[in-house]
Amino acid sequence: MSSSEDKKAKDGTKQNSGRRDFLYLTAAAFGAVGAGSVAWPFVHQMNPAADTLALSTTEVDLSPIEEGQAITVMWRGKPVFIRHRTAEEIEKAKADDTADLRDAETDAQRVKEGQEKWLVMVGICTHLGCVPLGQKDADVKGEYDGWFCPCHGSHYDTSGRIRKGPAPKNLLVPEYTFLNDTMIKIG
Amino acid sequence: MSSGPREQFDNPVIEWVDSRLPIFTLMNKEYGVFPTPKNFNYFWNFGAIAMVLLVTMILTGIVLAMHYVPHPDMAFDSVERIMRDVNYGWLLRYMHANGASFFFIAVYIHIFRGMYYGSYKQPRELLWILGVVILLIMMATAFMGYVLPWGQMSLWGATVITNLFSAIPLVGDSIVTLLWGGFSVSGATLNRFFALHYLLPFVLVAVVFLHVWALHVTGSGNPLGVEAKGKQDTLPFHPYYTMKDSFGIVVFLIIYAAFVFFMPNSLGHPDNYIPANPLVTPAHIVPEWYFLPFYAILRAITFDIGIPFTDITIITAKLGGVLAMFGSIAMLIIFPFLDRHPVRSAVFRPWYRVALLAFVANAFILGVCGGKPAEGFWVPLSQISTLYYFAFFLVVIPFLNKKEPVMKLPPSINDAVLDDNIKANAYFVAGKVK
Repeated sequence: MSSSEDKKAKDGTKQNSGRRDFLYLTAAAFGAVGAGSVAWPFVHQMNPAADTLALSTTEVDLSPIEEGQAITVMWRGKPVFIRHRTAEEIEKAKADDTADLRDAETDAQRVKEGQEKWLVMVGICTHLGCVPLGQKDADVKGEYDGWFCPCHGSHYDTSGRIRKGPAPKNLLVPEYTFLNDTMIKIG
Repeated sequence: MSSGPREQFDNPVIEWVDSRLPIFTLMNKEYGVFPTPKNFNYFWNFGAIAMVLLVTMILTGIVLAMHYVPHPDMAFDSVERIMRDVNYGWLLRYMHANGASFFFIAVYIHIFRGMYYGSYKQPRELLWILGVVILLIMMATAFMGYVLPWGQMSLWGATVITNLFSAIPLVGDSIVTLLWGGFSVSGATLNRFFALHYLLPFVLVAVVFLHVWALHVTGSGNPLGVEAKGKQDTLPFHPYYTMKDSFGIVVFLIIYAAFVFFMPNSLGHPDNYIPANPLVTPAHIVPEWYFLPFYAILRAITFDIGIPFTDITIITAKLGGVLAMFGSIAMLIIFPFLDRHPVRSAVFRPWYRVALLAFVANAFILGVCGGKPAEGFWVPLSQISTLYYFAFFLVVIPFLNKKEPVMKLPPSINDAVLDDNIKANAYFVAGKVK
C-alpha cells in the first residue's frame, strides 16, 4: 500500500467513525435488551410460584379465644399471632402512644376500629425473622409485657411495637378484614 | 500450557500423548521441577491440605446427593436414613459434616500464614484476592449445606441469614422473597439451596485453579519474605515438597479422622437433630463455629447511626450490622493495598507481629462472643472486639506503614538458611521510612 492510499484509508475511517459509533452503540443496546429479556425468566423463576401465591388467604374463627389468650395460625408459611387483649393491656398500649417509639404508630392504627381487643400481627421479629416469645402464659414477654425475641433480644409492647433491642420496625399487621364479629380473613 | 520447546519422554506412550497434548510436560513443569523456596516451614502445608479437603468434600458430597431428598417433608428423614440404613452412610455424612469444619480450619490457618509472612504483598495481591473470593464461595456453600438436613438450626439459621438482605434499603424485602421463592424459608428455598450447594464447589474448583495459576506466576513466598533470587535459594517441588506436604496431610487427616470416628457431633449443634418447625424458634440460634466471629460482628452493631443531635437515622442498627459483617471480609480484600510497609515477613516486623497476633486473639474473642447470647457483658465485649477488627486494618496498618522501622533483611534465602544467627543479626535501620 502506498503512503497516499494509506492516508486515504485512514481518512476514510475518520469519515466513517460517526457511523461506526452509531452501529456499535445500537448493536450494544440491542444486545443488552436481548440479554436482559432472556435473563429475566432465569431471575423471576426464583420468585414465589403461582401455587405459592394461591395460598395467600386464611380464615380464622376467633370465638374460642378467651380474653387474655392468644393463638398462632399459619398464613403464607408464617406464624400469625392473634391475641385477645385484656382491658388492662389495651389501656397500657394506648398510654404508650406518646412514649418514645422507634417506629411511631398509635395503638388505634394497629387494630380495627371497634375491635380493639383483637391484635393480629405476623409473628416474625422484624430484625432477622425469628418467632418472638409471648404467646403462652409461661413465656418470657420482655420488659414491656408484650413479646420478646430470644434471638437478638428485641422487646415488643402490648401493641406489638418495638421498644428495645435491634429490630427496626413494629411487628407487621397483615391485611385482614372482619367477615363478622368472630371471623377474620387474613390476606 | 505453552507449545514451546519440549523435552522428549522415554516412554513411547507418554511421548505419543505429550507430543500432541503436552500435559505431562505441564505437570512436570508445575509440580515436578517447579522451583520452590527451600526454607518453607509447616505453615506452607495448608494450601495442599485445603486442596485435599476440597476433593474429600466433593467426593463425599456427590455420593450423599445420591441418597438425599431436597424436599421439606423428606429431607430430615432422608438424612436419618443415610445415617441408619445406607451402607456406610454414617461415615460419608460424618466425613462431609466434619470435613467442612476441617476445611475451614485449614483455610483459616492458610490465611493466617499469608498474613504473618506477608504473602498478600506485591506482587501477590491478586493471588491473595482470589483467595478471599475462595473464602466467600466456601462460606456461601457451607451455609447452604447446613440448611439441607432441615433441622431446627438449618431452618432458623437460614431464616436469620437470608433476612440479612432485608436490611438493604428499598429493595431488601423483594430480594428476600426472591431468595426464598415464597414468604418464608420453605420447600422452594430448600430445593434451590441444594442445587446451589451442588454447583458452588465446582465454581470453587475453578477459582482454586486460578489461585494456583497466579501462584505459579509469582512463585511462592517464604518465611523470610525475601524473594528467591536464583537456583541456590530453591528446591524442585518434587520430591522435596511433595514429601513435606504428604507428611503434613497425613498428620492433619489423623486429627480429622479422630473427629469423624470418635466425636463426630462435637462441632455440630444438637438442635439440628430436631426436625425444622416454622412455628418455634430455638431459644438460642448459633451458626456453625467457623461463622461465629462474623456473627459476633453482625450482632455488635446494636445502635442506629445518624446525624448527631438530630433524630435523623442514616443507617439503622440492622443495616449497620450487615454492613459491618460484609465489611469485615472487604477489609481482607483491600488488605494488600492498605499495607504499604516495604518489609514482607512478620519475622522482621516486630511491631506488625504484635498487632497481628492481637488481631488473631481478637478473632478468637469474637468467636466466643458469637456463640453467646447477645446480652449482658458479651455485647460491649463484641463491640470492642469489632472495633479492633476494623482498627487493625484502618488505623494500625496505616500507622505501621509510617512508623514501623525497616529492619535489615538477609541478603538471600540461601545466606539465611546457612547462617543460624541471621535473625539475631537483623537490626533496625534508624530513622523513618520514606
